[in-house]
Amino acid sequence: MTSRNWERFTPAQRLARFAIYLAAVIALVVSMRTVQIVPEFLYDAPTQMADMFTRMWPPDFAHYREGVHLALIESMHIAGMGTILALVMSLPVALLAASNITPIPALNWFARLILVSSRSVNTLVWAILFVAVFGPGSLAGTIAIGFRSIGFCGKLLGEALEECNKGPVEALKAAGAPWPSIFLKAYWPQVSPAFWGITLFRWDINVRESAVIGLVGAGGIGMALDTAIALFRWNQVALILLCIFAVVIVAEIVVTKIRQKII
Amino acid sequence: MTSSSNNGNGGNASRSLIVKDLVKAYVPGKPVLKNISFEVRGCSTVAIIGPSGTGKSTLLRCINRLIDPTSGTITVAGHEITRLSGKELRLARHHVGMVFQEFNLVERLSVIENVLCGRLGFVPVWRAWLRKFEQHDIDRAFELIDMVGLTEFATERADALSGGQRQRVGIARAVMQNPDVIMADEPTSSLDPKTSVEIMGLLNDFSKAHDIPVLINIHDVNLAKRFADRVIGMSLGSIVFDGPPSELTDDHLKQIYGGEDWLS
Amino acid sequence: MSAVNTRRAFKPNWLARLGWLAVIGYCVLAFWSLDITWDRFVIGLENGAKFLGSMIPPNFERWKLLLGNLLETLEIAVIASAFGVAFSLPIGLAASRNLMPTWATWPARLLIAICRSFHPVIFAILFVKAVGFGPLAGILTLIFASIGFIGKLFAEAIEEISLKPVEACRAAGAPFMSVILYAVLPQVLNRFIGFATYQFDANIRNSTMVGIVGAGGIGGTLFAAFQRFDYDFLAAILISIIILVMLGEYLASIVKAVFND
Repeated sequence: MTSRNWERFTPAQRLARFAIYLAAVIALVVSMRTVQIVPEFLYDAPTQMADMFTRMWPPDFAHYREGVHLALIESMHIAGMGTILALVMSLPVALLAASNITPIPALNWFARLILVSSRSVNTLVWAILFVAVFGPGSLAGTIAIGFRSIGFCGKLLGEALEECNKGPVEALKAAGAPWPSIFLKAYWPQVSPAFWGITLFRWDINVRESAVIGLVGAGGIGMALDTAIALFRWNQVALILLCIFAVVIVAEIVVTKIRQKII
Repeated sequence: MTSSSNNGNGGNASRSLIVKDLVKAYVPGKPVLKNISFEVRGCSTVAIIGPSGTGKSTLLRCINRLIDPTSGTITVAGHEITRLSGKELRLARHHVGMVFQEFNLVERLSVIENVLCGRLGFVPVWRAWLRKFEQHDIDRAFELIDMVGLTEFATERADALSGGQRQRVGIARAVMQNPDVIMADEPTSSLDPKTSVEIMGLLNDFSKAHDIPVLINIHDVNLAKRFADRVIGMSLGSIVFDGPPSELTDDHLKQIYGGEDWLS
Repeated sequence: MSAVNTRRAFKPNWLARLGWLAVIGYCVLAFWSLDITWDRFVIGLENGAKFLGSMIPPNFERWKLLLGNLLETLEIAVIASAFGVAFSLPIGLAASRNLMPTWATWPARLLIAICRSFHPVIFAILFVKAVGFGPLAGILTLIFASIGFIGKLFAEAIEEISLKPVEACRAAGAPFMSVILYAVLPQVLNRFIGFATYQFDANIRNSTMVGIVGAGGIGGTLFAAFQRFDYDFLAAILISIIILVMLGEYLASIVKAVFND
């Protein structure tokens, strides 16, 4: 009986997979050799971390009232308002980017460029820019969060819009409805679950982001954190970290519960 | 040259299954299986019949220890497996092949990969990962795929097959293990009548070809009578009938299932 | 005499109206408490115009420094992604409650929760304190960030699989790793590759900013340019970052296309 050969992938597939593995390994090896790391620091790391943790314990709970509470609230407002701002700004961009709504490729491309640029620049970098423009404080922070979120929300919204069922749209066009009505009655009902889902998702991320933009002066609890670190008050640092952790966990629970109810 | 010889099995004990005083109670004091005892040896097709919830599935899963019995002993090919755990249990499972009601195939893998799953217990992990099975394993897999009539589908994905075809893959996988006992848990429940007959025939053929006892949970009594040479009837967790199908009368069926309307 | 038709076609949705009212009310409250006034906004716009003016044209004079930094950023992203992906496989597996016992899932889930809750910048600050300035801190930071992201999604994906093939492979006496390789991974591999490529992309973006706190990469140069009011160099840096990120997205899409089936 002749033995039959069995291979899982075609030669072309194997070549492609091998090429990627090879490229990844080469990239890794080259990176590890050229990156400038002092090995002693790596070996020393556990002791240093242990030292830092001992200095953080116990967390300075007394500091909460004067240093932390208001800043925490401020961060929450920045996250909320930033998300709302992002939604207002990303809806038109998403409409421009969706090829079934805006059939002009140049406009699609332009809108996608806006979205990609917004996503490529970190919230922290946006924060730096806006602190230069608006001065330190929460105005810069809110706008930074808004601008960063446009890319995220706009991309997902655009994709949701492109996946819409054309049926109701055609029906309304045939009935001679003006465009805003078509949008409101044919597109909006289909994308609104996705819209709210994206909103919740982004708000959750923005809560985390708004906690740290204060490090560059954009308001919120990041500024308290920056002060505490600069003054080497590790117990306060521990307190602030715990507060951030708690807020993030609560935000996640809230988002999960709302998701279960609505979606 | 066909490879129906018993390779990798120890070979000395005859192919047998001995179940003695098996008890399983999920809730203490309310046993689902009450002192089940029976023996099966050699080329034999045993059909286990009984109403839903009477413990047929539990019985099969206790035999290969997917469920742990509360008490009693199970001896497969001369090895007592009731007290085993860890690696020894895993090795002992090689002796028992199982065919599932819902086929339990890996949908995204091809037919031949699914059949080779039967050899996973015998090959080192790295070979399994890189799909570098030994040639004789691959040959045997193809041979089994031919025997169940799926030659053209050997490299197709499992989810491209129909229900009957998937069950054939399941049977090929079980036989691939070279087991001492094959168990089938309601193998035909998800299949249409014609395919059910084919599958039962296939199980019978393998039993005769390899001299292996086959235990089949089944609730279609006619199929049981047609293909089995021994019927075990269970009711409320105990065995109430154990004998050839010719001796299975309507009274026995009434005792097992209750009610009369369904009897033809 | 016509009967008065008292049936209304559209019932007023009081819940939705209340919701919108609440949102508007919240906006007013938040604006007030954040001290955002129209004046500040207008002044800011003027500043913004000046700012944009000094950013154009972008100044690529110091392209050697720029290139070196970009390379370091890429290196950080590559190394962190490689190790992060490698670690998140076992950690995500350990965190899946349908396959693993509680003594494995609890620590794994705790680790993943901690890694996810803190912004990478916070990890960066801590690691800079622990291992000093430079790319090592950045690499460690992004490894933890990767574990947090991929670990959670991978565990969720595993918890959604069908356990039937797992039962079949266990019944055949396969060792634990073989069961994972044949019964679990084929069901989740596509999604895992999606997560891994997304995280590589995110790591490139994140590694551009951990430098702001001294953890290596282009973030440091960016912050320095900002503080020295070198806004045209800043513009050059921003453009290079955008190009780098787009490149990363493109590479990620190729990897996904080759490995997905």
